Amino acid sequence: MANVNIKINGMAVSAPEGSTILEAAKIAGIDIPTLCFLKDINEIGACRMCVVEVKGARSLVAACVYPINEGMEVFTNTPKVLDSRKKTLQLILSTHDRKCLSCVRSGNCELQKLCRDLKVDDEHLYDGERIEYEIDNSAAHMYRDNNKCVLCRRCSAVCDKIQGVGVIGANERGFKTNLSSAFEMGLGETSCVSCGQCIAVCPTGAISEKDNTNEVFAAIADPEKVVLVQTAPAVRAGLGEAFGYPIGTNVEGKMVAALRRLGFDKVFDTNFSADLTIMEEATEFLDRFSNGGVLPLITSCSPGWVKYCEHYFPDMTENLSSCKSPQQMFGAIAKSYYAEKMGIDPKSIVMVSIMPCTAKKFEIGRDDEGRDGMADVDIALTVRELSRMIERAGLNFSALPDEEFDDPLGIYTGAGVIFGATGGVMEAALRTAVYKLTGDEAGPVDFTEVRGVEGIKEATYNVNGTEVKVAVASGLKNAKELLTKVKNGEANYHFIEIMGCPGGCVNGGGQPQVHASIRNFTDIRAIRAKALYDIDAASKLRKSHENPAIKELYETYLGEPGSHKAHELLHTTYVKRGLYN
Amino acid sequence: MYRSHVLVCGGTGCTSSGSEEIIQALQAEIDKNGLTSEVSVVKTGCHGLCALGPIMIVYPEASFYSMVKVEDIPEIVSEHLLKGRVVTRLLYNETVTEDGMKSLSDTAFYKKQHRIALRNCGVINPENIDEYIGTDGYQALGKVLTEMTPDEVIQVVLDSGLRGRGGAGFPTGRKWQMARNFVQDGGQKYVCCNADEGDPGAFMDRSVLEGDPHVVLEAMTIAGYAIGASQGYIYVRAEYPIAVERLRIAIGQAREYGLLGNNIFGTDFSFDIDLRLGAGAFVCGEETALMTSIEGNRGEPRPRPPFPAVKGLFARPTILNNVETYANIPQIILHGANWFASMGTEKSKGTKVFALGGKINNTGLVEIPMGTTLREVIEEIGGGIPDGKKFKAAQTGGPSGGCIPAEHYDVPIDYDNLLAIGSMMGSGGLIVMDEDNCMVDIAKFFLEFTVDESCGKCTPCRVGTKRMYEMLDKITKGQATLEDLDKLEELCYYIKENALCGLGQTAPNPVLSTLRYFRDEYVAHVVEKRCPAGVCKALLSYTIDADKCKGCTLCARNCPANAITGAVKEPHVIDQSKCIKCGACMEKCRFSAISKK
Amino acid sequence: MKSLEELKAIRDRMQGQVGMRSEDDTQTRVVVGMATCGIASGARPVLTALSDLVQEKNLHNVSVTQTGCIGLCQFEPIVEVFEPGQEKVTYIKMTPEKAKDVVEQHLIQGRIVKDYIIPKTLG
Repeated sequence: MANVNIKINGMAVSAPEGSTILEAAKIAGIDIPTLCFLKDINEIGACRMCVVEVKGARSLVAACVYPINEGMEVFTNTPKVLDSRKKTLQLILSTHDRKCLSCVRSGNCELQKLCRDLKVDDEHLYDGERIEYEIDNSAAHMYRDNNKCVLCRRCSAVCDKIQGVGVIGANERGFKTNLSSAFEMGLGETSCVSCGQCIAVCPTGAISEKDNTNEVFAAIADPEKVVLVQTAPAVRAGLGEAFGYPIGTNVEGKMVAALRRLGFDKVFDTNFSADLTIMEEATEFLDRFSNGGVLPLITSCSPGWVKYCEHYFPDMTENLSSCKSPQQMFGAIAKSYYAEKMGIDPKSIVMVSIMPCTAKKFEIGRDDEGRDGMADVDIALTVRELSRMIERAGLNFSALPDEEFDDPLGIYTGAGVIFGATGGVMEAALRTAVYKLTGDEAGPVDFTEVRGVEGIKEATYNVNGTEVKVAVASGLKNAKELLTKVKNGEANYHFIEIMGCPGGCVNGGGQPQVHASIRNFTDIRAIRAKALYDIDAASKLRKSHENPAIKELYETYLGEPGSHKAHELLHTTYVKRGLYN
Repeated sequence: MYRSHVLVCGGTGCTSSGSEEIIQALQAEIDKNGLTSEVSVVKTGCHGLCALGPIMIVYPEASFYSMVKVEDIPEIVSEHLLKGRVVTRLLYNETVTEDGMKSLSDTAFYKKQHRIALRNCGVINPENIDEYIGTDGYQALGKVLTEMTPDEVIQVVLDSGLRGRGGAGFPTGRKWQMARNFVQDGGQKYVCCNADEGDPGAFMDRSVLEGDPHVVLEAMTIAGYAIGASQGYIYVRAEYPIAVERLRIAIGQAREYGLLGNNIFGTDFSFDIDLRLGAGAFVCGEETALMTSIEGNRGEPRPRPPFPAVKGLFARPTILNNVETYANIPQIILHGANWFASMGTEKSKGTKVFALGGKINNTGLVEIPMGTTLREVIEEIGGGIPDGKKFKAAQTGGPSGGCIPAEHYDVPIDYDNLLAIGSMMGSGGLIVMDEDNCMVDIAKFFLEFTVDESCGKCTPCRVGTKRMYEMLDKITKGQATLEDLDKLEELCYYIKENALCGLGQTAPNPVLSTLRYFRDEYVAHVVEKRCPAGVCKALLSYTIDADKCKGCTLCARNCPANAITGAVKEPHVIDQSKCIKCGACMEKCRFSAISKK
Repeated sequence: MKSLEELKAIRDRMQGQVGMRSEDDTQTRVVVGMATCGIASGARPVLTALSDLVQEKNLHNVSVTQTGCIGLCQFEPIVEVFEPGQEKVTYIKMTPEKAKDVVEQHLIQGRIVKDYIIPKTLG
């Protein structure tokens, strides 16, 4: 594509044709402040933070959406521009609940940073009427506080355009405009799938996960309780960002050390139960594949996706794997096999999970999970909550030593760790399924066709003369597109992996928020995923069935994959919800 | 065949003053007198003189009856229609002279008008396509499809100098050219009609749609041919039920005649039009918001570029013109670009329809050549200001426009002149204000409208206009300081520069233009805590002149707040703390003893 | 409708109708006395005949209208023809048949039907 030459603040800049002023300025080393803009997701030019002067234009223009053209002269820092941006912030502040000291986003708030950067010295200048909104805490995983909403619409854009869910949008108009669900319903009454992408993109504290950290501190302090913790594969690739590490830094060792110092009795890894999931799911797949079961089999690791399927494709719940998610399998095993093995009363166990996910908070409370009146998992925390616990406990994260998970539920293979990236479950399953079909220990390990951040990936593998057609989708809008094709008979697959969040768990709704100024120019999905693939590549064991702890679990407790006992503990059922249930 | 046609206005104005009942009574009386086959009753669109409705015109005599009542019908039928004697007492008084009847077109109201867009309004039955064809309807379309290339059509529109009548005045031909030139992929293009008229007091487009719906269909089809589109949408507000119904009928008739649909006039050109009803949001009159609404989304503007001509409805090249703009097109095609360009001023050609309202005798609809002065419109066509009051200002352009003070009374009205004096053409609302109007109050009125109708997408409009309104409110209550006035003005310029769409960018205009011409009134509110026009209630006080008061107790008895006390035959006193400033006492006092200041 | 000709046919048919609704002073006005005297002596069928014929012959520049008593009751039904720039012509004791002659000879061909006009001595 040809380049276009423009001048920014008098300096010549050359940028690809079709670039916006914002992008051209980035090339010139100028970060124009933005608030509502999210590349490819929310390009609406609404907040007016990014206004710049363009020679000859009637008024200031929004740099985030204004295309450059040859010879254009742009000014990004004139007094008029700076004063306009400041006034915009002051107007936003006049409607903002300025409880910054106690806000969950304090220090990580995009609005706060803009106010500081643009020297907003009088935050009361435009104070006037302010509408008091009730906080919506009807959903299991999050609350919405419109008193802190800046109407950037990033949440509604990601919900609608990326997730295809669209349960949140603008109601009323003008000064009364507010982001909420249809008919002002609580989010919990809608077909929200709990993915938490809205939280991940919210610039302020208007949307946040429900904080369960106090319950965890309380459990740890209770001498009667045995508090176990499991950490999902993608957590180690995201947690570091909360402590200043570059995006995509693997902080597994320090994370384990921190958890131990927080007082958890045992620090385990969900990677273990990811390996376990593969044992069950590969078996289920081969059974359906060979015995004429319902195909395509679709993975069920992502509770956001599962809820989406129940709401939006209720006639396809038979396609879902009956396997519980790794989080739930872990809890079930911890409260049965592990408790028995260690001689602990399962009722005294408090199972905590650290997840890159908010839907996990919903999943732990499902009726079809748990056993004997015991939940498999008692408390699910997001990565953000864990980082706040570490801060609250005064742990100097970067100074912590690297430590290892406890045995035996901390042992994992490379197959388990790549669960955190889109395509990872599929690749892990293929490693084991191919082995099971061929019996070849030296069979293929790398299935690179299903890796990468594309929304929909397809591949066909020839195993022992049989073609196995697979597809991988992440982000629910992509899932919708793929499943619609399957339903209409335009595509047919044997096995599909779906992750609710775009890019998989590395970009989960429970990961640390990344400012739009970085998101817009960086693919955080790919960078975080690389951390997981690096761990996989460095692992000695890279196939789930090779995990010695898993082998022992089957030998001493479960019997065969798919056994009666395995079904009782590790499999579940689904609800055909439909849109309005 | 009928020897006489009785035209009764069926526009919204006359319908609300009872023209439906008139039509029924008239038809019944005609039947009763055995004139059914001789006299035709035609329900037409608006004649313009809405203040005099219901209006009835009897042809061929062209007798213009105004404010007709059902009781008058038997007399009109037996005297005029049966015996041929015009009922002089019911005639519009302007048409009656000493030596008989004056032609309607010679009356002050019509003399300076030139009806192009409105030429069929009040003349034809809008529900009968044949009548439209009878006044050269669809001839322009026929000419375009059989004799002209699309480029020739666009050239004619360009040469005519026609500019968008929705307010901004963008050259119509240029818009069409941009859309025509976009041939990247040969896919669908769209022609849209903006019939979402929303300025307070404006009803130009409604009148065209009600009185001459086919002209819009014909023009859109011509536009479709010019840019290479096969589908059109008319976005009309649901609050215009008569217009919607007549458009539906017109589209049905045009399809039946093959004037919409496939292979029009046997050519390769196919075009169809559908209606989309707006739910009443003012912002949906903004072009990008309108298209967003047609797409089925919340009606909110989107940033430009990309412009609709490149990426409009459903992300396809689209042209969007206003009803009145379209109403000029067939006449331009038939009479040529030069004919049209011979009217008006150097940069504003043709005519403009205005809806006259406010402090003016002839409220109604007028179409005047561009370049007519405000004085001519108000003093001559509009019949002046009631009760001999003094002209203070005229507001044009609705909530996006501004106030034109007396010093610009003789400025010829066109796009550029109005812009230069701080107002704008707008869609054509023209509200006249006299000495009793407070300019701060007027600005506040328009701001209240904008605040109410802001879509809430961009910060400057969503929050900024609300804060402006609050500041104006403070001023009208005498609670503001001069610093507040500066803050208000600063905020005005900020919103103008920063708002996302045209509506937000122009929202401060009513304040800026009144600040420009009537700053002293603002200062009086702020510094002297006084409303010079005596409008702003919080700054008024009613007092009783003890010398004039006879103690009749009438005021006290009429005071809704029991704020007036006094013994019979003794001077009364108003308790200012109780007074709600309704003015009832002053109205009732027979001795002019009560004054407000 | 598949051709311009069809459109023109409708226009020509309708022009007589809507053409009436103007105040064009190039119009020829045919006025029938329709007071009690006129109606009593048979003005109505004359009026009907005139308006039908004008429509039928597509005389777009002619309007047929009515008026009250002209004052020459003994000559009713009376029809007056006003042509722009011409002196008024008054036809007396009209019938539908005579009306046909007036339309064909006077209005179409421009020849006054002398037999039916009011004698000069009386006018």
